[in-house]
Amino acid sequence: MFKAKIDVTLKKSVLDPQGQTVLQALHSLGYGTVDALRVGKHFEMTLQSEDRKRAESEIKLMCERLLVNPVIEQYTVELEELR
Amino acid sequence: MKAAVIVFPGSNCDTDCWHVLRDVLNIQVDFVWHKETNVGGVDLVVLPGGFSYGDYLRTGAIARFSPVMQAVQEHARQGRAVIGICNGFQVLLETGLLPGAMLRNRSLRFVCKHIYVKTENVTSLFTNRLKHGEILKIPIAHGEGNYFCDEQTLETLEQNNRIAFRYCSEQGTLGDEFNPNGSLAHIAGILNERGNILGMMPHPERSSESMLGSGDGRKIWESILSAANV
Repeated sequence: MFKAKIDVTLKKSVLDPQGQTVLQALHSLGYGTVDALRVGKHFEMTLQSEDRKRAESEIKLMCERLLVNPVIEQYTVELEELR
Repeated sequence: MKAAVIVFPGSNCDTDCWHVLRDVLNIQVDFVWHKETNVGGVDLVVLPGGFSYGDYLRTGAIARFSPVMQAVQEHARQGRAVIGICNGFQVLLETGLLPGAMLRNRSLRFVCKHIYVKTENVTSLFTNRLKHGEILKIPIAHGEGNYFCDEQTLETLEQNNRIAFRYCSEQGTLGDEFNPNGSLAHIAGILNERGNILGMMPHPERSSESMLGSGDGRKIWESILSAANV
């Protein structure tokens, strides 16, 4: 059994109006130290898989087919084996 | 000519489209539920506006996997007409029948108002009754209509005359102040390469009768009708 944490954010080349608004709100609260901010999505799933390699390739397909829109988004995966 | 309006859970402009096609244009039209596996050999498929599957994950992302979308893709592959309006446009993008993706509106607000678009393509089966540069007053109602694609795709769209409509002022001027959602190159609607699929954010079905404040959208339906009768 594996646990996967998937983070999806807009690509660097894509303007993130939501992130910019949150950034401005932080600045208006006085947090001038914040340079840049992106808002994203977070998925957590557990999956039955024989081994790590299979889990990784299955998650990659899930991301490409549904969880991520590759035109505007990028993603990172953190995979942990549950014992 | 026969038309089908696809109904997803969460569609809410389906009846408006059906009404305009049936009562305004006298076209034979049926609703097709998203679980159907064929669209009944029609000439035109309408993917209506709304919030299919509650806009979960991304707008249009889940509707793409509805059984009926296989049939819609086959219908499109045969060169028959498909128009996706608002959420229907988002579904076409997620399905890959049109290139690009939608981002949240620049303002982060849901924008619901009449806007103006400029006609750029007058040769497609959706625009043949329009004149080049013709300005249409059509309402929009969306939170995610900020069209985006990569530079290469935009160049392809521009070069192949695939941008059907751009947001503009009442006089036809292009500019950020007349762009309601921040869309790239002021894009309001695009065509596929073959010209049989149109995706647009403005709602022609809400502007096909002058009593609703504008009858300009009717020209889009009339274009489809005249192309089908040729």
